[in-house]
Formats: sequence, C-alpha cells, structure tokens
Amino acid sequence: MNPLTICLLFSGALFAVGLVGALARSNAILVLLGIELMLNAANLNLIAFWRFGPAAAPATGVIFAIFGIAVAAAEAAVGLALAIAIHRHRGSLRLEEATRLKG
Amino acid sequence: MHLSVAHLWLIPALPLAAAGVGAFLPRRARALAAGLAIGAMALAFVLACGALAGALAHPAEHAVANFAWFDFGPATLRLGWLLDPLTGFMLVMVTLVALLIFIYSTGYLKTDANFARFFCFLSLFAAGMLGLLAANSLLLLFVGWELVGVSSYLLIGFWFQRPAAAAAAKKAFITTRIGDLGFLLGLLWLYDATGSLLFYDGGHGVLEASVLGSLAAHATMGGLALSTAIGLLIFCGAVGKSGQFPLHVWLPDAMEGPTPVSALIHAATMVAAGVFLIARIYPLMAADLAVAGAPVHALTVVAAIGAITALLGALVATAQTDLKRVLAYSTVSQLGYMMLALGVGSWTAAIFHLLTHACFKALLFLGAGSVIHAAHHEQDIRRLGGLAGRQRVTFATFAVGMMALSGVPFLFSGFWSKEGILHAAEGWDVSRLPLYAGLAAVALTAFYMTRLTAEVFGGRPRTDAAAHAHENSAVMTVPLVILAIGAVVLGFWGTPAWPWLQSRLRGESAVLGVSWWDGAALMALSVGLVALGGVAGWALYGRKARTDCRAPDPVEAAAPRVYAALASGLGCDAFYAATFLRLNRLAAAAADFLERWVWGGAIWVVAGLGRWVGRADRRADEAGLNAGFNAASAGLRSAGRRYSRAQTGDAHGYLRAMAIAFAVLALLGILGGSH
Repeated sequence: MNPLTICLLFSGALFAVGLVGALARSNAILVLLGIELMLNAANLNLIAFWRFGPAAAPATGVIFAIFGIAVAAAEAAVGLALAIAIHRHRGSLRLEEATRLKG
Repeated sequence: MHLSVAHLWLIPALPLAAAGVGAFLPRRARALAAGLAIGAMALAFVLACGALAGALAHPAEHAVANFAWFDFGPATLRLGWLLDPLTGFMLVMVTLVALLIFIYSTGYLKTDANFARFFCFLSLFAAGMLGLLAANSLLLLFVGWELVGVSSYLLIGFWFQRPAAAAAAKKAFITTRIGDLGFLLGLLWLYDATGSLLFYDGGHGVLEASVLGSLAAHATMGGLALSTAIGLLIFCGAVGKSGQFPLHVWLPDAMEGPTPVSALIHAATMVAAGVFLIARIYPLMAADLAVAGAPVHALTVVAAIGAITALLGALVATAQTDLKRVLAYSTVSQLGYMMLALGVGSWTAAIFHLLTHACFKALLFLGAGSVIHAAHHEQDIRRLGGLAGRQRVTFATFAVGMMALSGVPFLFSGFWSKEGILHAAEGWDVSRLPLYAGLAAVALTAFYMTRLTAEVFGGRPRTDAAAHAHENSAVMTVPLVILAIGAVVLGFWGTPAWPWLQSRLRGESAVLGVSWWDGAALMALSVGLVALGGVAGWALYGRKARTDCRAPDPVEAAAPRVYAALASGLGCDAFYAATFLRLNRLAAAAADFLERWVWGGAIWVVAGLGRWVGRADRRADEAGLNAGFNAASAGLRSAGRRYSRAQTGDAHGYLRAMAIAFAVLALLGILGGSH
C-alpha cells in the first residue's frame, strides 16, 4: 500500500464523514461543519496528488489547497452570518423548519 | 414753431402710445386713463398746429419723408409721411375735435364702469385717423383706415351688453368691409401697375404726372382707362367708410354707440376719411378726364353717388324720430355733398365743407349728447320737448350748429361751404342733375333741422325725463361753446370773396374779392330754399308744438305711406334683407344641408364601414390569435407550477439530491471509464 492510496482512503473517509454529518444533522451550524470536512477532504486529495503523483509541477498543489482554504473560509463566514440572521429571525437553527425559500 | 415732415410720425404715435399704455391700466384707474388720453391728444394738437404752420410756409410743395419698410425679393416696400396743406388742415381739425370730445366724454361717461377702456379705444381711433391723414403711401393710409374701422367697431359696440349695439357694431364692420375689399383690390392693382404705392416720391409717386399719364393711357376691360378702374375700386372703400349710397345703411345704426363716439367717429372724422381719401388721390381720379372717348369718368361716378346720397340722406332724415338718427342721416347727406363736390371737380370745396361740417356736426352731436345725458337717455324726439329753457347753453350752441348745418346765410360756416359746393356743381359741364339734387337737399336740410330743434327744444316737456332735465357740467358745455365759435368763424376762411382756405389747399395765395357776383343768382336761390325749408319746418312743428308724445307727425298724418317709407330709410335695409341677406341665408341653408346630409352621410357611411371592419377584426383576433396565445401560456404556466414543486425549500433535500446525483455520476464515470 503506497502513501498515495493511504491518503486517498483517508480523504475518502473524511469526505464520507462530512457528507453524513451534513445530511444527518439538522442544526445548520453542524451541517456547515460537515461541509467544511468535505472541503478539507478535497484539499487533502489535491495535496496528495501533488506530493505523490507523477511529474509534479512545483507548488501547484499547495496553491490549489490555499485557494480552497480561502474559499472555505469565506463560505464559512457567509454561512455563519446567515445562520446568525436565521437564528435572530426565527429563534431556531433547525433546517427542517427553514423551508420558506421554495417554488 | 414749424414741425417738419420728418417728425410728423409723432402725431399719430402719441395717441397710439396712450392707447397702448391705457390698455394695461386697471379699470379703477379712471382719472389716469382719461388724463393720459387727453394729454396725448393735447400734445398731438400742438404738434398738428406746428405741422400746419410748416405746411403753410410752403403750401405748393408736398414734403415727404419716405422710408423702406421691408424688402421682398428684388423689390422694396416703401412707406412714408406726407405734409402738405391738406394734411395740415385735417390734422388740426381732427386733433382739435378729438381733444374737445375727449374732454366732453369725461363728463358724459362719468358713471360708466368701463371708462378706462373707452379712453383706450378713443386713443386707438385717434392714432389710426391721424396715421391715415399723414400717410404718404396708400398702404400706410390703408393701415390707418382699417385701424379706424376696428376702433369704430369696438366703440359702436362699447355697450355690448345691449344686443342692438352688438348687432350695429357687426353691421358697421361688415358693411364697411365690403367697400374695403374694393379698396384693397384697387390698391393691389395699383401696385401691380406702377410698382409703388407712394403718393409723392420725387417724380415716381402714383400721384405724379409721369405715372398718372401711363395709367390714364392704358385701357383695360370695357374700354376703361386703368386709372378709372383703379380709382373706382378705391372709391368703393370711400363709399363704405363715408356712408355713401348704397353702403350707407350702417351709419344710422352706428348711433347705438355712446354719443361722443357718434360725434367724433361717425360725424366729424372717420366718416369723412372717405372724402379725404378721394381728395388725396384726386389727381388719380381726375387723370382720365384727359382721355378722349372714355365710356365713363371716375369722377362722374363719384358725383352721381354723392348726389344720390345727399338727396336720399336728407329725405330720410325728415321722418326719423330718434334724435341721433336724424343727425346720422344728416351726416350721410352732408357726406354726399362732399362727394358731389369731389365728383364735380372741386376737391377744395369738399375739404372746406368737410372741415366746417366736422365742427358743426360734432357740435350738434355733442349737443344731442348733452340732451340725452340730461334726459336720462331719452332720445326719442317725440318724448322730449321744452328743453330750451332748461338747458340754455345746450340750446344756444345747438341752435348755432343747426343754423350752420341748414346753411343760414352769411354768418354761419355751413352756408359758405355748401355754397362753394353748389357753385362747383353749377359749373360742371357733364350734367345739371347733381346741382338739382343738391338744391333739393338744401331745402330738406333746413326743414328737418327746424323740425328737430322745434321738437326737442320747443313747446313743453312731454315726459318726466324731459321735465327733469337740467344743464350739464362745464366739461360738457365748454366744448360745445368752443365748437359753436368754430361753427361760425370757420366759414370766414373760405368765402368767395376771400377763399383763403381753398387757395392754400391748392398751394396758391389767396386773392381778395374775386368773382363776387358770379354765383349771386345761385346764392339767392339757395338762400330762398333755406328759407322755404325753415319756414315749412316752423309751420309744421314750431308754430303749434306737439303736446302729446303719441300724436302722429304732421307729415305722417297727411301722407302716412310716404312717411312710413321715409321712416324706414326708403327701404334700403328691407331691400338688403330681401336680397343679400336672404341669398346669404339660402346659401347657408344649402351649405347646412350639404354638410348635414351629403358630406355628413358619406362620413357616416365610411365611419360605419370602419366600425364594421374593426369589429370583424376584433372577433378574428379573439378567436384565432388570442386563443393560441392563451393556450400556449396556460401550458407554460402549468409546467412551471409542476417544476416549482421540486423546490421544497428543504436544504437537506437539496443536499441529498446533489450527493446522490454525484454518486450516480461517479459510478457512471467509473463504469464508462472502464470501457
């Protein structure tokens, strides 16, 4: 078992954990947390392919990962602001109840 | 002080400015409005005296000040001012009479609500009249001519609340317009023939020998010389404005206006404008006399019209019962005299009579106004009477005017001016008829003026209005006295022994004592006729004064049908009503029928067709196009509704769907990639 496989398995597991968290929890903050886990799993893949893949260009994977982290941070900021606004508005963060945006 | 022709424009400009300012004054600014008008007129009178002095310094010369008005194409339209003794005398007369009447009006209209408007209109009239007199261009004269026409309309209809006044204003305006159409055509023809409308222009004006020669030499339709045709067309304007037969019908009706207006416009000045016009263009009117074998001379027509008018007006005046209408028909008759004088070739006699008539007729009208004002607007002579003792100044001055108009010999101006006309008619070599008409009118004039004076002032008051009459204030009596002095004195400037005025008008110097006995026989005859008319009038009306205001007139009692014909103006109005007005009404009815049924029907059909097409179109639209669009949009709406059901708003649901879809895609990719 080479290191790349191990990394991929790990990131797959991490993604699965995040997905389950996002789908199973009803608290919006925990859903966001799950989404963050999935993003990090993707970042891990990028690093892994750069580090262990064939003919890696210098620093490409790290740059990708840094962009991913920045996007994740911005998304978290927006998500948390939304969560606070929803909480102020409705007094709860249960996603099952926040269903007013529909056709 | 001599006013040169370069500054002549100031005389009409002053009242024009007063009218312009007066138009913006509020109604309560009564004293200001009257003061403005009277001040402008007084200043214009002073300037007119200066102009007359300037003209008399060089009486034989026509001083002109021409200027270009505008260019069109290669031509330039030029206007100008003219100063000669004719203009000078007329300017002084008009400004003096207007000034006196303006002053008189402040008393006559003291209680009228529209006092300020009245003075604005009067000033406008004076501006038009003075512009007309001072014009050196037929076009400028026409502008003034129309300006006095419109102000005459405004002033006749000054009491427009009275239907009779409004109708009289319209009648005056429309009737004079008929004449003015001829004037305008003549003016255009003259411009077409000569390329100029200036009277005097250093040898190129239309009244100067070279142009006149070519106008008289060219023949136009019917063998008329060009100058005859143009002259007769322009004469149409004079017929309308000066109340000559057959367009005299408006003048008696114009008496609906306030009496100062009747005095100023419809007796002294505006109606004399036609006489002035013919006197002004006299060289043009007389140009065809030199043409051999002409079918008719322009002046012959003028003389005929004048003679008819003089006789007709005097006849009708004998049977009128309205104080002002008697004077109006008398004005018609006197204007006929002036035209007669023009026609027989003595334009100086016409102008002399114009000047004396302006003075004594203004006096008579103002005297009538004084009576009417005192007798609470009673102007039926049968309902007056006995005013001699109640209005002494008015009676005395009216008597002077009456004697001047009747031609009482030697002392009064009307005698001398009328004598001049009869003398000229006697010397006319075409026909004696105008002389006979004039002589008949002399007797009639004395008759109706005696009747009028006896009815109004003689006997006892026949109504309360007359019984309570009393003399008016000084603003009304002083102008009467001044005019009465004028009505006497003016005659001495034109006696056969010393015809100063006539000589000056012709640009000659007066010689004392010429041809004193030439007209003595005629003079004796006319004095006899005046005496005859006066005595007849006295015998019928004065000796035994009327006591009952409903009693018939002595003439009416003797010959009711003749009297009725005379009272109705010898059927002129009835004739027009039966011919022109009926024709007009028929044409209007025909036009109404065409409009209502023929054109209206066609339009109705077309409109119905259009409506039918529209309705069919709407139906096709609703059944065809609209149904298709409705069905399509209903389908779109239901599809949208179905799709929108997938949007539950449940974030978990979305996420789940995305995860499953991604998993499916990944599986497909893996399986597909294995191939």
